Amino acid sequence: MNKKQIWVYIENTNKDIADVSKELLSKGKELAVRLSSSNQKTELCAIWLGSGIKKNVQPLLDMRCDKVYIVDHPELKDFKALPYTTNLVENIKKHNPYIVLFGATSIGRELAPRIASAVRCGLTADCTDLQIGDIEFKTNKQAYKDLLLQIRPAFGGNIIATIITPEMHPQMATVRPGVMKNLEILPTGTGKGEVITLEPKIKQEDFIVEIIQKIQEEKKVNLIGAQIVVSGGIGVGNKENFKLIKDLAQNIGAEVGATRAAVDSGWIHKDHQVGQTGVTVRPRLYIACGISGSIQHLAGMQESKQIIAINKDPDAPIMKIANYKINGDLNRIIPMMIKAYKGKE
Amino acid sequence: MYQIIVLVKQVPDTRDITTKTMKEDGTVNRTALPAIFNPEDLNALEAALLIKEKYGAIVTVITMGPPSAAEILRESLYRGADKVILLTDRRFAGSDTLATSYILSMAIKRIEKFDIIFTGRQAIDGDTAQVGPQVAEKLNIPQITYMQEVLHLNKNEIKIKRLIDNGIEVLKSKLPVLITVNNTSNTPRFPSIKQMAKFKKAISNSELTKVSNTLKYLSPERYSEETLIQNRLLINEWNMEDINANPILCGISGSPTKVFKINYVTLETKETKEIPPNEKGIKTLIQELIKEHIV
Repeated sequence: MNKKQIWVYIENTNKDIADVSKELLSKGKELAVRLSSSNQKTELCAIWLGSGIKKNVQPLLDMRCDKVYIVDHPELKDFKALPYTTNLVENIKKHNPYIVLFGATSIGRELAPRIASAVRCGLTADCTDLQIGDIEFKTNKQAYKDLLLQIRPAFGGNIIATIITPEMHPQMATVRPGVMKNLEILPTGTGKGEVITLEPKIKQEDFIVEIIQKIQEEKKVNLIGAQIVVSGGIGVGNKENFKLIKDLAQNIGAEVGATRAAVDSGWIHKDHQVGQTGVTVRPRLYIACGISGSIQHLAGMQESKQIIAINKDPDAPIMKIANYKINGDLNRIIPMMIKAYKGKE
Repeated sequence: MYQIIVLVKQVPDTRDITTKTMKEDGTVNRTALPAIFNPEDLNALEAALLIKEKYGAIVTVITMGPPSAAEILRESLYRGADKVILLTDRRFAGSDTLATSYILSMAIKRIEKFDIIFTGRQAIDGDTAQVGPQVAEKLNIPQITYMQEVLHLNKNEIKIKRLIDNGIEVLKSKLPVLITVNNTSNTPRFPSIKQMAKFKKAISNSELTKVSNTLKYLSPERYSEETLIQNRLLINEWNMEDINANPILCGISGSPTKVFKINYVTLETKETKEIPPNEKGIKTLIQELIKEHIV
C-alpha cells in the first residue's frame, strides 16, 4: 500500500527558510502522526524550490521530514509565480499528496491559488488551525474518514468556519504565520530522511514576467514572536499621544502593536497592525490602550495569555476579555505604569 | 485604445459590525449588513480609469452575483466605466473560488480582446485573495498581485511596482496580464454627478422584467430595450448558456471546498480584575506582574 503524504511548501527568505515553513512542518508532523495512528502510514514531506539549495537540506531533515523533495535550478533563484507553479503542479500531479500546505505569506497567497486552479482542487486561505477528523453528512448519509479540517476566521472575523475538501484531493490550505507552534527539532545533523531531487521544468513562456528590481528590508517589527505587546487604538487620540504607547513598550521591553484604525490614521506603520487583516499575536502579555475591541482586532490577539485593557469606556468589548481592566485615561495611566515599572527595584 | 476588464464583487459590509447588526446571542445578523462595492475592487476600477485617462482605454466591468448586484455596476458607470456585465444564474450559487474563477474566465473568453484585467486584492467577506490568480491560470495569462502603481505601459508590456512582505518589487510583464490591486494603490474617485444623472436610469434585464407593462406602455422611451441599448443604459446579464459554461464546473458541483461547520465568535467574558485608575492601583498591578514573571 502506498504511503500517504503531507507536503509542506518551503518558502525562501533572503537568508533562510521562512519561519512559517518551520511552523507548518511542525503542524504537518502532528497531522502525519495522527493519520498514521488512524489507518495508514503517512509521511511528512518538504517540497523546496530554489537555486543552490541542495547543500542546505539537513535542517529540514532535522525538522523530522521523512522526505525532502527539491527542485534546484538557477532560473528558480527568485520566486516567480509562473515557473514555480509549473514545477509544483507537475510534481503534485505525479506524487498525488493527500495534503499540501503553504504559508499565508505574500508568496503563498499568490502561488497556492494558481496551483489549486491548475490541479483543480480546493484551497482554503488563511487557516488558523488544522485538524484531522471524520465527517458524516446527515443529509445524504455520506461519510468521510480522516479529512483535513481547515479552520479559519471568515466574514471579517465574525465567524470561524471549518472547511473540508471531501472529494477533489489534494486538500490544500494556506496557514497564517505565527499561529502554529514549533515542535522541538532533532539535534543538528541527526535527522535521517530521504532527499529526492526532482527534474526542473524550465519553459521559456513561464518567464514573461521579469523582476526589474527587488528591495526587501530585514523585518524591523517582530510582533509575531513578541512576548509582550503594547497596542494602541483610535482612543489614543493622535500621533503625538501614540509616543506614549512606544514609550511604555520600550520601557518594559515590548513590541508595539496597533489597531487598523490607528494604522489608517497614519499614527504608525502597517507592519504593527494586529488583527484579522494584520498579524496574529499570542504573547504572554497584551496591553490594549484606547482599543475598544472590534471583532477584527480581537481575532488577532485574543489568545494572549494575559490582557490588560486601558479604556475610558467601561463597557468597551475589550473590557470583557481583559484579565485586568483599568477604566481611565491612558494619558494618565501609562505614565503611572512607566513610573511604577522603573521604580521596581 | 487599451481594452481593460475589471472584476468586481458585491459584498456584505463586514467592517463595522455594531450592536445593531448583532443578534441577541452575540452572533452576526448577516442580512442586516449593507451590501457594498468590495473596497479593493474600487481601487481596481480606479486603476483602470487612471489608465483610461492617461493612455485611452475601454473599461468593461464584470461581476458575478444575484440580480441585485446590478447596483455596483451602476456605481461603476457613475465613476466612468464604459461597459458593464452581470453574470447571474441560480446555477452559479454556492460557487467557491475555483468555480467562481471558472465562471469569470468563461465570461472573459466571450470578450474577444483584452489587454489588462484588474481586480481587488481580496474581498472583505472571505479575505481569500484567490480568485484573481485563479482567473489568470484559467486564461493562461500571467498574474501580478498586490499592485501599488503602474509605472509604465505600452502596447506590448506593463511595468508595475508591487508590495511584497517587507519590501517592494518592480515587475515587467507582457500583455495580456491580470493584476490585483491593493487599497494603498490609489484613492477611488467619487461618482460623477453628471454620470450619475445619466446612469441611474441604467437597468438590468431582470430589473426590466419587473417593470410593469403599464409603466412600459406609458414611458416607452424609458423602458424599450432598443432605446436602452442605444443609450448604453441596459445592464447586460449573462447566464450559464451565454458564457458556454459546463454546469458541472459551476456552483456547488464545481466547488471542491465545502463549509462543514460555522461557529459564531462570541466574546467570552473572563474573570476580570478591576484596577483602580490611580498611582496605588497601577503600582500594585505592576508589582503583581513582576512577581508572576509576566513583565
